[in-house]
Amino acid sequence: MSATLPVYKKKDFQSDQDVRWCPGCGDYAILSAVQAVFPELGIPKEKFVVVSGIGCSSRFPYYMNTFGFHGIHGRAPAIATGIKITRPDLEVWVATGDGDSLSIGGNHTIHLLRRNVGIKVLLFNNRIYGLTKGQYSPTSELGKRSKSTPYGSLDRPFNPLSLALGVEATFVARSVDIFQPHLKGVLKRAAAHGGSAFIEVLQNCNIFNDGAWERLTDKGLRDENTISLEHGQPLVFGKNRDKGIRRKGLELEVVTLGDGVSEDDLVIHDEHNPNPAYAFLLSRMDAQPGFPTPIGILRSVDAPRYELEIAEQINRVTEKKGPGELATLLHGGDTWEVK
Amino acid sequence: MTTTSDAPPRPREVLEAAVIRFAGDSGDGMQITGNQFTNTAALFGNDLATFPDYPAEIRAPAGTLPGVSGFQIHFGAREINTPGDTVDALIAMNPAALKVNLSDLKPNGILIVNVDNFKETDIRKAQMESNPLEDHSLDGYRLFPVELTTLTRAALRDVGLDTRSMDRCKNFLALGMCYWLFNREPDATERWLDEKFRAKPVLAEANKLALKAGFAYCAATEAFQVRYEVPPARLAPGLYRNLSGNTALAMGFVAAAQKSGRPLFQGSYPITPASDILHELSALKQYGVVTFQAEDEIAAICAAVGAAFAGSLAITTTSGPGMALKGETLGLATMVELPLVVVNVQRGGPSTGLPTKTEQADLLQALYGRNSEAPVPVLAPASPGDCFWVALEASRIALKYMLPVIVLSDGYLANGAEPWRIPDLDELGEIPVRLRTEAEGFEPYDRDPETLARPWALPGTPGLEHRVGGLEKQDGSGDVSYDPLNHERMVGLRAAKVEAVGADVPDAVPVGDPDGDLLVVGWGSTFGAITAALRPVRQAGHRVGHVHLRYLNPLPRNLGEVLKRYKKILIPELNRGQLAWVLRAKYLVDTVSYCKVQGKPFKHAELKARMEEVLAVEKER
Repeated sequence: MSATLPVYKKKDFQSDQDVRWCPGCGDYAILSAVQAVFPELGIPKEKFVVVSGIGCSSRFPYYMNTFGFHGIHGRAPAIATGIKITRPDLEVWVATGDGDSLSIGGNHTIHLLRRNVGIKVLLFNNRIYGLTKGQYSPTSELGKRSKSTPYGSLDRPFNPLSLALGVEATFVARSVDIFQPHLKGVLKRAAAHGGSAFIEVLQNCNIFNDGAWERLTDKGLRDENTISLEHGQPLVFGKNRDKGIRRKGLELEVVTLGDGVSEDDLVIHDEHNPNPAYAFLLSRMDAQPGFPTPIGILRSVDAPRYELEIAEQINRVTEKKGPGELATLLHGGDTWEVK
Repeated sequence: MTTTSDAPPRPREVLEAAVIRFAGDSGDGMQITGNQFTNTAALFGNDLATFPDYPAEIRAPAGTLPGVSGFQIHFGAREINTPGDTVDALIAMNPAALKVNLSDLKPNGILIVNVDNFKETDIRKAQMESNPLEDHSLDGYRLFPVELTTLTRAALRDVGLDTRSMDRCKNFLALGMCYWLFNREPDATERWLDEKFRAKPVLAEANKLALKAGFAYCAATEAFQVRYEVPPARLAPGLYRNLSGNTALAMGFVAAAQKSGRPLFQGSYPITPASDILHELSALKQYGVVTFQAEDEIAAICAAVGAAFAGSLAITTTSGPGMALKGETLGLATMVELPLVVVNVQRGGPSTGLPTKTEQADLLQALYGRNSEAPVPVLAPASPGDCFWVALEASRIALKYMLPVIVLSDGYLANGAEPWRIPDLDELGEIPVRLRTEAEGFEPYDRDPETLARPWALPGTPGLEHRVGGLEKQDGSGDVSYDPLNHERMVGLRAAKVEAVGADVPDAVPVGDPDGDLLVVGWGSTFGAITAALRPVRQAGHRVGHVHLRYLNPLPRNLGEVLKRYKKILIPELNRGQLAWVLRAKYLVDTVSYCKVQGKPFKHAELKARMEEVLAVEKER
């Protein structure tokens, strides 16, 4: 029997449900990119499961014509873990937001990544609570004025990538909703990664936090303020590609190419660096003035996959003890006969 | 074991039943000692019930009152329903253990104490004024002061252990004494020691020597003037083993998985007194069991819901505080209509409460503890062995009706043990599971007309791609729906589904008199105490019945009619009257509650007294 996969088109992954995000929402672009990438992965459609929590982004599963689970606030990583570790054959993706995955669900997010369960986490980061209409989120900038912080937020924000790298996530990447080719490239790489993949997608909420990422998305500013990471390539950025990132002790510095500074002096990106400290350094650099925001794949390393380890352990014990017989279990321990 | 002795053979006294309690420091091995005596009594053929009672602190300071750990066993030649109200023989390893436990020792009861631990500092640590061995406060008991530590060291002199390791064997010396006293063979314990210390044979040898020394001490000295015999009980024929509630639950779920053909998944987070279920199942990998120790209680149940979506028989196991955390996800499971079994091994509460003590105060939480209208079936096992059957039944209901089911065990059942007749596999019944595979005409919220269950359509099945979630769904299509009338219909359907389970709930059949003066209604772990108390009351000529509810939701369909056959209804509960509240609301009947919230099970004497009191009032009217 030949098991040839049907040739899927984008529309095969579009459900019959009306998409109900606000017009102009960045979520549309992310949905479109995912629907464009899934048909190309060579995976049967029925093997996909999209899991979400609560929030605007978490409506995602309803719009995907795959198996889907719209969970409860913050818990998508835990639900997805239950699916993946009992059914490693399934291709499990989580769609979540900055409030969902970093506030109420922060615990589940870090533990999913720590275990390296083979689940892809798409974090839609718009730095605001949209569905509850405009409260500040754990990624909102310090001083953010929002419905619940009329005098400015006093909370220091999370950097989602630093958080993921802090728990040694094996695949950590960032893209932007409107950078469609880039986003699709990152999604494909995430799909190909065996373990946990954590992808932060910078996403615009044009209703409650419009322009949150303007510094990175504005055509005039984009090249100066972002740096696209390419494995094996020097860290170069700028409209004229005349600036680069150089190591200075345990820090990074921005240098201008020329005047004795060449690409050979720059950091050569190594996404396979086993030490997460390298990617961590990248994730932190735009906290300093003058530095660009990195996009692309910060880290991609191999590590044992949790769901496969579980299956392997079961196989090992079963091989050693033989398949469990119910009668043996019931008769375990000392027994005695009453006549 | 053969022991030579110059002492004359002692007369033997035959007892119908006896209660022994081992009490000492948390580090004295009292639970192991108790379990060994239990196992030996079980193998001998006694019926029995046990009550391990230990502190929440792992090792409170040695010799202090909070550090006292106890293990009580009631074994007999007749049916044994409870661990016993009062104790025939108390083994106290130190003054603190004596002080905490003495009030339960019968007048003239046997009291064995380790005199080596009755020095002035030990007595002070137990907050006692004077040495009870000298101040005549123990004159009402048969006191046997034994130098347990000294004797153990002497017995192990040539083994080559350090003093500390030798002293840790003294519980086996005490156990050896009890084996002599109750005329028991130590071979099962010796086998257990060989197995446990396979990697360290010297420890097996040392403990076996201590055990023999205790036996020989009694045989050689004339301290004990009599030996006791407790003949085997007349249990129903069959093959038996000793079983505790938590082990029974674990076995029940493995059985359910095999009978249903679905793999077993357990999501859990460590919590007393439920953790043993996780320990048991995590050791059963050869049965294909996937156990997941989650990052918290919420993740544990969420992972279980995910596993259920993906096709497992999914369970999550916890105790009250964890149950509180699982509430929202339980609502989700109700909404997505997936099979799930949630075990709550109840303990004293609220909040952290009394982690190692028993209580039945989570009934209303189980019935109502979720936002909005979210009914779920609730079952409660009546004895440690019954935990097996309830795990099986809860799984069957969850899979048949596609909904979450709660099992309410408690600390007393979890750690208590009883002889359990091992069933034949065909006694377990089948658990048929229908997986949807046909894409034609598939709707995720289509329903079986009888059970109202929606189809279980597993990811990976071509053509059945569908979405579930916590948002209200359109009946049939499963699309998100805000339609007011659809919502009302779905709320009704979810309730009707739980009601439909009632078709599988056997009618309530009172034990004792089918009508009369008094009906005692109980649930869960009070079964043994109520049974024991009822017997003398009925023998005294009263017309009394006992209904023990295994299904708390839905209740047996004939229960309302049964309640009306008696003049009075007495409801004993280890809470403030929660079942009474439910029955009064549902059936508009008057009830009398007997409540106890002390972290301890009922004593049958107090239940008997309460029954007599209610009957006397009834007679006066």
